[in-house]
Amino acid sequence: MKILVCMKQVPQKDAPLKLNESGTWIREDVSYEVNEPDAYALEEALRQREKHKGEVVVITSGPARAQQVLREALAKGADRAIHLEDDKFVGLDAFNTAKAFATAIKEEQFDLIFTGLQSDDYGYAQTGVILAELLGWPHATIIMQIEKTDAGIRVKRELEAGYFQFVDMPLPAVLTIQSGINKLRYATLIGIKQAKNKPLRKVTLAEVQSAIGGNLQKIEKLYVPQKTKKTEHIDGPPAEIAKKLVDKLRNELRVL
Amino acid sequence: MADTILVVVEQREGKLNRVSWETITAGQALAAATGWPLEAAVIGANAAAIAAEVAAKKVAKVYAIESPRLEPYTPDAFAAALKQFLAAKQQKLVIMPHTYQVRDFIPKLATAMGRTVISDCIGFKHDAGKLIFTRQMFQGKLAADVSFAGDVPWFATFQNGAFRGDKAEAGASAAPVEIVPVEIADGLIRNKPQEVFKEAKQAVDLTQAEVIVAVGRGIKEQKNIEMAKNLADALGGDLAASRPICDSGWLPMDRQIGSSGQTVAPKLYLALGISGAIQHIVGMKGSRTIIAVNKDSEAPIFEIADYAVVGNLFDIVPPLIEEVKKAKAGG
Ligand SMILES: Cc1cc2nc3c(=O)[nH]c(=O)nc-3n(C[C@H](O)[C@H](O)[C@H](O)COP(=O)(O)OP(=O)(O)OC[C@H]3O[C@@H](n4cnc5c(N)ncnc54)[C@H](O)[C@@H]3O)c2cc1C
Ligand SMILES: Nc1ncnc2c1ncn2[C@@H]1O[C@H](COP(=O)(O)O)[C@@H](O)[C@H]1O
Repeated sequence: MKILVCMKQVPQKDAPLKLNESGTWIREDVSYEVNEPDAYALEEALRQREKHKGEVVVITSGPARAQQVLREALAKGADRAIHLEDDKFVGLDAFNTAKAFATAIKEEQFDLIFTGLQSDDYGYAQTGVILAELLGWPHATIIMQIEKTDAGIRVKRELEAGYFQFVDMPLPAVLTIQSGINKLRYATLIGIKQAKNKPLRKVTLAEVQSAIGGNLQKIEKLYVPQKTKKTEHIDGPPAEIAKKLVDKLRNELRVL
Repeated sequence: MADTILVVVEQREGKLNRVSWETITAGQALAAATGWPLEAAVIGANAAAIAAEVAAKKVAKVYAIESPRLEPYTPDAFAAALKQFLAAKQQKLVIMPHTYQVRDFIPKLATAMGRTVISDCIGFKHDAGKLIFTRQMFQGKLAADVSFAGDVPWFATFQNGAFRGDKAEAGASAAPVEIVPVEIADGLIRNKPQEVFKEAKQAVDLTQAEVIVAVGRGIKEQKNIEMAKNLADALGGDLAASRPICDSGWLPMDRQIGSSGQTVAPKLYLALGISGAIQHIVGMKGSRTIIAVNKDSEAPIFEIADYAVVGNLFDIVPPLIEEVKKAKAGG
């Protein structure tokens, strides 16, 4: 099986975010990491390759810094990488990101494309499904298990409130992967060394420009959300906080 | 072209998903702000039965979009049916609840029409004739005002809990229902869904718990779960967790709170090292009192907390266990 994994670089979970001057994006001087479900998507692709042979290719779009996620993926075992490199990719909506990906992989023949089920920064929850539609492929979302069958694949979709559903589908297909589908591996020292010699193809904005258009949606303003609930802060040294909390628990909430 | 708003409600096996009422409330608010008439649509093999229920609300019209091929749900059939319907009706704005089902097909539908979806919105503004949708970004740490830059129909989905379902206004009389049969071609549906099921019985039922101590990734290591357990025991409560804790196998899945876990409403929900992502919040925001301990003063969990403790949970929990024990012993 030949599998493409879309991996996005996003600000680290507890990175303190600051707004840029125009208030339309964050200041980029934060630490970054791999979007969490994308790491699970990569792991799943590696496991499928271990079972069924084939190739795992990783793709990202973003500035030079985003190469880090590709390097990590190569170190964990991906065979090669594609980097759509330009600062401007950060500002694309999901429709245009998917179009850029579709254009960059035009010459390739994948059996499966994995994306994460949503990104931690934009949180569109759309790029994978849009990509499937652009390619004319079937898709399934929020996937927790994948098995090869004679006719294609059988996947397990997570539904709300603890429900699941198996879906049989033909290949090629796009799947959006949910965190927790597997256990992540660490890169080994050998892997990190080997990664240096693995192919990494760069794609410029100019190469995909003709396929993408203006964004169909626009961020007018980004801001810290206003609080709607009255929150009482409990401050002081830990021992004092503990006393104050117990006082609340006993006298106000009456749970003690 | 008619400037009409269409709410597409969600049903499964003849039952309306409750979150649909919230989207109708959102639609009514949008209609009041813009002056655009509001219509509703139900999609399914037997949509007409539910259409009548929706028609009792204040909407101009309800469409029952029907085909036997819409049961069971597949993204291929749903996108095809709605595309056909929308091409004929030319609505301006189409809104839906941001459910797992909607997020499975709405990006496909919009893309097939060359349009976009502003997803997972928590509200809207209508300023000087411009329609703006508010959505969370960066896991709820920031909010964004987003506008449409392309052609109509515009698509938007609303987050669970963004509007109140019980505020959906009833109509003066039942709205007319129009049954719209759609053609779904042979071979168009590629996925073959099997029965929906629930994983082996849940051993733990947290829905009745009065006190819940929930741990998130701030607990750092599996061995630290013990400390949270001690606090839960001292309080006579149950231990629960955010999804990553269950994904790592530190606690079993049946202790997970949130959209893919249990929904709880205890007297006290004590959140330790949980950031407050919406998928967690939907499972616990009905708690009577929420105490959050988080080292990040800007963590979204504090937006819904009644009591906020900004600090390191490893400093705060041990003395808290001692104080609770003392209080229980009558100290
Ligand atoms: C479709 C879908 C379904 C999902 N379903 C669920 C669900 O059912 N339930 C669920 O919980 N999530 C669910 N999620 C995941 C959700 O989006 C979040 O990723 C998750 O809730 C984050 O868990 P967390 O708060 O424990 O971790 P993080 O977001 O990593 O937060 C950890 C927090 O701990 C704080 N912290 C760190 N160290 C300390 C310390 N020493 N003292 C105090 N605080 C500290 C940090 O400041 C941070 O705020 C779902 C996601 C998707 C996309
Ligand atoms: N710039 C990007 N680079 C690589 N993958 C991306 C990018 N944007 C989106 N994706 C993929 O699409 C998924 C869903 O993203 P989103 O639609 O933004 O929620 C992510 O989990 C990634 O797998």
